[in-house]
Amino acid sequence: MLLAGMAMALAAQHAHAQKPQPHQSTRQPAPQFIRKDLNGHAVNLRALKGKVVLLNFWATWCGPCQVELPKFSAWQKQYGASGLKVIAVSMDDEAAPVRAVARKLKLDMPVVMGDAKLGTLYGGVLGLPVTYLIARDGTVAARIEGKADLAGMETSIQKLLGQR
Amino acid sequence: MFCRSLVRWSACVALAACAAFFVPAKGHAQFGGESAASAFSIPQAQLIQPADLNRLLQGPEKSRPLVLQVGSRMMFAESHIAGSQFAGPGVQASGLQLLDSKVATMAKNRFIVIYCGCCPWNHCPNVGPAFKHLHDMGFTNVKVLYLANNFGDDWVNKGYRVEHGL
Repeated sequence: MLLAGMAMALAAQHAHAQKPQPHQSTRQPAPQFIRKDLNGHAVNLRALKGKVVLLNFWATWCGPCQVELPKFSAWQKQYGASGLKVIAVSMDDEAAPVRAVARKLKLDMPVVMGDAKLGTLYGGVLGLPVTYLIARDGTVAARIEGKADLAGMETSIQKLLGQR
Repeated sequence: MFCRSLVRWSACVALAACAAFFVPAKGHAQFGGESAASAFSIPQAQLIQPADLNRLLQGPEKSRPLVLQVGSRMMFAESHIAGSQFAGPGVQASGLQLLDSKVATMAKNRFIVIYCGCCPWNHCPNVGPAFKHLHDMGFTNVKVLYLANNFGDDWVNKGYRVEHGL
């Protein structure tokens, strides 16, 4: 019984980390948004149809986010030519610390400021980090809550990049 | 053969589960044993579980605590405990100033519950400093809501009452 309880606890922890979405044909479209990034350039999700989008909600005060962001930036360099587009949405209240962290981490991706409306649009961002993988057809392939299994996420991205 | 594999699998699961069970126990370290900024610095006796707070909030008004969110303003706007107030992120000096203003006129034995839920408990930068600040101000009846994963998982998804907006 104790063993079963422990196994359930482990299973629950695993379930928390990754919430894969349904099969490709039944996936929901990713909610549309247009935001200006920290450099003043418009980021229009709809215009990215045809690419695989990694949409990461983060904040400067979120420890696990600081671990993930450099990896996402590296993926942008590695897989950008294959069609990956990484977008970082900061859930900070102010832009100044976000600019500082983006500079410090040398983030090679558009960084936009989020808000409660965008968080709600994406099913509630009530704990960070949250990462969405959006397929080339604009549908949500995965929502990953909490610190991601980066190796697993990279495999998922490679698979999505392979889908035309 | 199958039995031996099953036993081996069970042993692995048990070992891993034990590790998973004992690591969070660090969260119950005594005050002063950890960095003041860490949520681990908050004594176990000062933690309150979501189900217990929810029960209190549905009980008689005189036994309800003042509930203060000491995390992100944006996340408060998205969703917060019904009746709670935004008191500024504990990790920032400006946040602690706002917390000061919220409790300035209150009796030091006022029952206060603070919470954040921005990140998993062991990564939360806000509740530790906010708790220490209230403790240093002389408040004697402060509890911290233990949100193991985050506010969404441990409060909203449990169906407890929330409100939206600032």
